[in-house]
Amino acid sequence: MADLDLEVRDGVDRETIETVHAMSGTYKYGWATEIEMDYAPKGVSEDIVRLISSKNEEPEWMLEWRLTAYRRWVQMEEPHWAMLNYPKIDYQDQYYYAKPKSMAVKPKSLDDVDPKILATYKKLGIPLKEQLILAGVEGAETMGERKVAVDAVFDSVSVGTTFKAELAKAGVIFCSISEAIKEHPELVKKYIGSVVPQSDNFFATLNSAVFSDGSFVYIPPGTRCPMELSTYFRINAENTGQFERTLIIADKGSYVSYLEGCTAPKRDTNQLHAAVVELVILEDAEVKYSTVQNWYPGDENGLGGIYNFVTKRADCRGDRAKVMWTQVETGSAITWKYPSCILRGDDSQGEFYSIAIANNAQQADTGTKMVHLGKRTKSRIVSKGISAGRAQNTYRGLVSMHPKATDSRNYTQCDSLLIGDKCGAHTVPYIEVKNNSSRVEHEATTSKVDEDQLFYCRSRGMDEEEAVALVVNGFCKEVLQALPMEFAMEAQSLVAISLEGSVG
Amino acid sequence: MLEINNLHVKLEEEDKVILRGVNLKIGAGEVHAIMGPNGSGKSTLSYVLSGRDGYEVTEGSAKLEGQELLEMEPEARAAVGLFLAFQYPVEIPGVGNMTFLRTAVNAQRKARNETEISAGDFLKLVREKAKALQIDAEMLKRPVNVGFSGGEKKRNEILQMAMLEPKMCILDETDSGLDVDAMKLVAEGVNALRGAGRSFLVITHYQRLLDHIKPDFVHIMAAGRIIKTGGPELALEVENNGYADLLAESV
Ligand SMILES: Nc1ncnc2c1ncn2[C@@H]1O[C@H](COP(=O)(O)OP(=O)(O)O)[C@@H](O)[C@H]1O
Ligand SMILES: [Mg+2]
Repeated sequence: MADLDLEVRDGVDRETIETVHAMSGTYKYGWATEIEMDYAPKGVSEDIVRLISSKNEEPEWMLEWRLTAYRRWVQMEEPHWAMLNYPKIDYQDQYYYAKPKSMAVKPKSLDDVDPKILATYKKLGIPLKEQLILAGVEGAETMGERKVAVDAVFDSVSVGTTFKAELAKAGVIFCSISEAIKEHPELVKKYIGSVVPQSDNFFATLNSAVFSDGSFVYIPPGTRCPMELSTYFRINAENTGQFERTLIIADKGSYVSYLEGCTAPKRDTNQLHAAVVELVILEDAEVKYSTVQNWYPGDENGLGGIYNFVTKRADCRGDRAKVMWTQVETGSAITWKYPSCILRGDDSQGEFYSIAIANNAQQADTGTKMVHLGKRTKSRIVSKGISAGRAQNTYRGLVSMHPKATDSRNYTQCDSLLIGDKCGAHTVPYIEVKNNSSRVEHEATTSKVDEDQLFYCRSRGMDEEEAVALVVNGFCKEVLQALPMEFAMEAQSLVAISLEGSVG
Repeated sequence: MLEINNLHVKLEEEDKVILRGVNLKIGAGEVHAIMGPNGSGKSTLSYVLSGRDGYEVTEGSAKLEGQELLEMEPEARAAVGLFLAFQYPVEIPGVGNMTFLRTAVNAQRKARNETEISAGDFLKLVREKAKALQIDAEMLKRPVNVGFSGGEKKRNEILQMAMLEPKMCILDETDSGLDVDAMKLVAEGVNALRGAGRSFLVITHYQRLLDHIKPDFVHIMAAGRIIKTGGPELALEVENNGYADLLAESV
């Protein structure tokens, strides 16, 4: 067994190296699909909110919910506490809703979806056929049968969800959120906004008003979801924001592992992405949420790229509930993102594993919040920040132990790696402990990529980029290992690709 | 195989001259030993040959089978068959030893336009070579050199050498800090690789390594120059009398 594991891991690293060479400096997903779109008029207003709601054929209560959010939002101000520098965003100068014309009548099944859209996902390597995702991957046969269900979101709409029938047999609901609003209103009504309230923050409030689609998951009590679930977000249309909303409910004693991937075409203009993800985790349930965020990062000079303002939060509402966030953030011009854990139930646990890479002119301000409310709650934070080029990379994290969260523990490890001398790494930890029996540990390191390590690799025949990729992947190992296998591979190659041009 | 001519090297950052006209010619299949007091420039010579940053070659050349090494990138030197077993092998946290080896082997193959080794063949080969050096599966899995004992690090260098099958092997004090058994393993590893197409430059302070790896020539280096060359008996002389007489002789 040990040997098998070794072989597979080994294959992963090979893939990294090969991909680096194959890519030679280009963002792999930067092409666009020529497709006819229906746009809502530019800008945001109550009318646009009504339009989005009616396009999704939503019930009245949902519209009211959106409007409440919108009315709140117009009174709010964009936050500027993060270490991010970008020109003022004109919220009226973009589209809030873009839907492929072919989706005007919702396709009954994936077979009816516009072949151009299907081809897009195929080119992205996303399986929209109900197949084993690992087909063709080295070592796959040794890992047993693994299926991954996919919800594919294209600009503002979900184009389809795979394995729905098979999941339904297990009682699992996996569909687009627009569908859930119609089909499972009682669940949506009960939980939407219960983790990230409409008025939570500027970007979440905007999302509450204008979210167009996203994914919905419900795992019934005592159920282990029979396969990995995933959502793949693709921004294709120009000057269009993507505002998706994901709601996952893990009922008592259930388990689900959920993956999320994102890409966008290369464009000279910046595009806004403001998502909200809510996880509700009840007693004894466990959710693993993994993200590989690879939005277009802009070019070497900082032209174009996605502005990524995301609110993700898990509420461990029941005793012994568990959540694990794993993120690999390699894309976006601007990243503003703090997946958080509310550890409300006694003995609940939250984990956050993060790799954030900022190269060229990218800026990332990311981290987590661990809010300990229940007794004997535990949290663990492992953050690996890599800065190259002229990039700025900030870890911002809050650990808060409330008075009732007695005997709780947090461990934080925060490592920054600098490549070159024009980039920056910053660590901003906030720690509040309001009881005497809890313990918080924080370790932080900042180092430059080690010349001796690079020379050692090169003296064995690797070129400089291979050497950097290998050393950085080693630096990130702990987080990469927290990812599901198929994501670990993608993530490793991404680490390498996103560092291209950072040396020499 | 390797021909070093009048090599002068100074530090890039300071005006400190380290090598002052090194001349050395190593024929195919020969084993040469270099001995010399600490600080005489032995490691610097091995680093300059393998292309480490921080040194400036002010004069001279170093050719491997007629190709000028000093103008190549370190990885290109490796690809044409140069290998340095480091005096202080570097730790690379998080990178499995096996992954490192396979990446290195395939990088060199690629550079030479050869096909990559298959996962299965690679595994077989590594296991075989590792076994001879008494490197167990656990050590192959661990991150490169991290937490390895001094002896494990040195054996690991020899494993890399065995896997990469270089033409010109430089061993920088590979025997330092090894107990007798570990030294024997290393010497056996080297001897197993000896052959007509492969040459060795062994930097050492001790005769005992040379008991196992019989050199064809022994050179004494001092103050950045080779001051004396002889046969294996020269190493014995150093062992018995130290460097003082030799140094005095050369002045
Ligand atoms: N990077 C460096 N910076 C400063 N001094 C150096 C550096 N490299 C070598 N030296 C100096 O050059 C001389 C030769 O060193 P070295 O080649 O390591 O000798 P040896 O291996 O023969 O003991 C020593 O005086 C050493 O301090
Ligand atoms: Mg030395």
